[in-house]
Amino acid sequence: MNKVLKLFTKDSITLPVIAIILGLLLGAIVMMVGGYNPIEAYSALIERVYGNSYDFGEAIREMTPLIMTGLAFAFAARAGLFNIGGEGQFMIGMTAASIVGIHLHGLPAFIHAPLAIIAGAVFGGLWAALAGFLKATRGVNEVISCIMLNWIGLYLSNLIINTFALQSGDTRSVDIQPSASIAISWLSEMMGNARVHWGTLIALLAAVFFYIFMWKTKQGFELRSVGFNQDASKYAGMNVNRNIVKAMFISGAFAGLGGAFTVLGVFGYQSVMASSPGTGFDGIAVALIGMNNPFGVVLGAILFGTLTYGSAGMSFSADVPPEIVRIVIGAIIFFIAAQGIVRWLLKPFYAKRKKEKVS
Amino acid sequence: MNTATPVVELKQITKRFPGIVANDSISFKLFKGEIHALLGENGAGKSTLMNVVFGLYQPEEGVIEVNGKPVMIDGPNKAIELGIGMVHQHFKLVQPFTVTENIILGSEPNKGARINYKKATEDIRKLSEQYGLRVDPNAKIHDISVGMQQRVEILKTLYRGADILIFDEPTAVLTPQEISELMEIMQRLIKEGKSIILITHKLKEIMQIADTVTIIRRGKVIDTLKKTETSPQELAEKMVGRNVSFKVDKIPANPGEVVMEMKEVVSKNKDGMSVLNHLSLQVKAGEILGIAGVDGNGQSELIEALTGLRHVDGGEITLHGKPITNLTPRKITESGVAHIPEDRHKHGLVLDFSVSENMVLETYYKQPYNKNGFLQHDEIDKKAQRLVEGFDVRTPSIHTMARSLSGGNQQKAIIAREIDKNPDLLVAAQPTRGLDVGAIEFVQKQLIAQRDQGKAVLLISFELDEILNVSDRIVVIYEGQIVGEVLPEQTNDQELGLMMAGSTVKRGATHE
Repeated sequence: MNKVLKLFTKDSITLPVIAIILGLLLGAIVMMVGGYNPIEAYSALIERVYGNSYDFGEAIREMTPLIMTGLAFAFAARAGLFNIGGEGQFMIGMTAASIVGIHLHGLPAFIHAPLAIIAGAVFGGLWAALAGFLKATRGVNEVISCIMLNWIGLYLSNLIINTFALQSGDTRSVDIQPSASIAISWLSEMMGNARVHWGTLIALLAAVFFYIFMWKTKQGFELRSVGFNQDASKYAGMNVNRNIVKAMFISGAFAGLGGAFTVLGVFGYQSVMASSPGTGFDGIAVALIGMNNPFGVVLGAILFGTLTYGSAGMSFSADVPPEIVRIVIGAIIFFIAAQGIVRWLLKPFYAKRKKEKVS
Repeated sequence: MNTATPVVELKQITKRFPGIVANDSISFKLFKGEIHALLGENGAGKSTLMNVVFGLYQPEEGVIEVNGKPVMIDGPNKAIELGIGMVHQHFKLVQPFTVTENIILGSEPNKGARINYKKATEDIRKLSEQYGLRVDPNAKIHDISVGMQQRVEILKTLYRGADILIFDEPTAVLTPQEISELMEIMQRLIKEGKSIILITHKLKEIMQIADTVTIIRRGKVIDTLKKTETSPQELAEKMVGRNVSFKVDKIPANPGEVVMEMKEVVSKNKDGMSVLNHLSLQVKAGEILGIAGVDGNGQSELIEALTGLRHVDGGEITLHGKPITNLTPRKITESGVAHIPEDRHKHGLVLDFSVSENMVLETYYKQPYNKNGFLQHDEIDKKAQRLVEGFDVRTPSIHTMARSLSGGNQQKAIIAREIDKNPDLLVAAQPTRGLDVGAIEFVQKQLIAQRDQGKAVLLISFELDEILNVSDRIVVIYEGQIVGEVLPEQTNDQELGLMMAGSTVKRGATHE
């Protein structure tokens, strides 16, 4: 109990909450400057997301891949790595799931769907491990290699879909086998055909896995140790290089899962992409809002998903351009990154509290 | 007694941090032209007090007066304005910049929109001549020695017009030669009318250079004494609050069989130079072998090679006759080597881990701390609790981050962890660096206790006194080679000093 209490009084909770409030306020100011009514706009946003079951289901659909890419970034960050390649790992995960989902025939659903999901995770992981391997053996900075791998991932995905699975006359793949689908049809029907799928559950489990792995297992101990201090880890007998590759693999597997869910649960096919989807980059923002904590990431994804999905409602019923939401998100990230500003704003409150304690 | 107005006077300064009172109504006077030493153990509150003077912390209570006038120092800029300069323990220099650029950083002389480097270089040259601070204004920081870097730090404060200089543990990083140079510089500064506050826990330095000593213990002033009216013994007792023996008590060694042997070990650096040059030595069970030498003669490389952190290019290292050359650090640890590393922040601890996690940094994967891949936090905490109590590691809790412990307690934690592994060979590299008298005594006793239990101990230290007091046998390392062997009771620091400087011929001939 004590531990739970501590968790909520810690900086790591107050800081993002304040940042979110400040971000929303800044968005409101921008709206007022533009001549819109912020209260109306925000209530339209909330109304849109939580107003009816269809939109609620679709908002969840929006949040799920963000949880995965957010976890991906946070996991690598805990091991001291900057995995900016969630984007590429996400696309490779999509493609691997598509290929397994399309080209394996005659499997029962309880084998086919998990297999497709695992393929997405493994190939997403390998894609990231490539960057980890280059860092471990050749000292290549993972930021650079990840950015390059993002582009390679985009065009490789398109090439594979174009070559092996193209729906003739279209710019998308053929549909996946029904046995590979992870959509929850009964829930979907109940929610007005919102595209809800099992991936959301797996995403939540992934957050739990992240927590247990990182803080409860021997391997997590090594990863965190390497993340904080490579020299001391080496001295303590840990294999630093292996840990770098491992951290990247697991991180990439999270992102790859996100991609797999999108194909298997939402669309049922994969488009030939003109540009990368951006989910991987949004995951960085989600991880920052969540302070690289797995449960923080889930909350961050809920916020991010709510804002993005709700922005459509905002423009629809309050006539506010949806881009305002991007300003809000940007501001939140800014305030989280610029912790000093938040602390400075909080200073009078803290001072008061301290005085009370002293006297 | 000096009746003039003090240049700096602190009156009843109190500074609290959550949970502790770092400074408890401290009063302190610094007069013009004196060196006033502030003596205290690690964590006694010396640095906090000086950070208050330098404006980095605001005291909750108390007044600071400069030249008799009460002042509010709300930041380093204000302190500099008042003529207070601080030479930090960890230098605050921009490595790829030149000496000149570092000194003028933040108060650059301008010529239009451009920086007037010519004037800057000229000013610095003048200053360095006036105070005898030898620097090369155009050298880059990463190319110059630690001693010169410190002179740059001193010049920085002088360039900004400081009259009151605070030296925070200035000798911690210096070699004996550099220390005596620094002493001369300080005397020169005093002659030129500056006043100095010297933060230290080294009694020798105080006796050598200070005029007045103020002793702080647990945030309180214990006493202020004239140097001429006191003795190192009295100072040490006041500092730690109990009797301290300078002599290390130990029974004669009873060496057994050879535990570790290095034969003709060669290790090359990136440029292909042999940093270990056919180095051979033996450590026996039940003895402490001290390695004396000037910093940079292969000590770090020797330890790295022995503990598996550096590749050995030739020769052999054996433990109980079995080769351990180029094994992984983990294999070497498992075969019975424990290692108190030279740099406790870099190698010894993961500072962002809790004390508890640090206690199992090398054993976390073993039973009972790890079961089927899951860490057993109860077992880990139990062990941490036991070690913290057994070795008197002062920490608010075993879940406190290692970062927030004082240096001495960090070192105790490492020593606890290493000794608890029950090694056959204990490698101690600079185990007392930066520690205060009380902690040094503790560490040295632990090393001797290990020896008395029949362990082999390899001690590497740049402190000659330590080598002479603790070791049972001394070898001297010079340019990656062992150049001589002596017994501590048959030698003195002059002879060792000569050997460390490379003049080995006579000694080597008589002994080997």
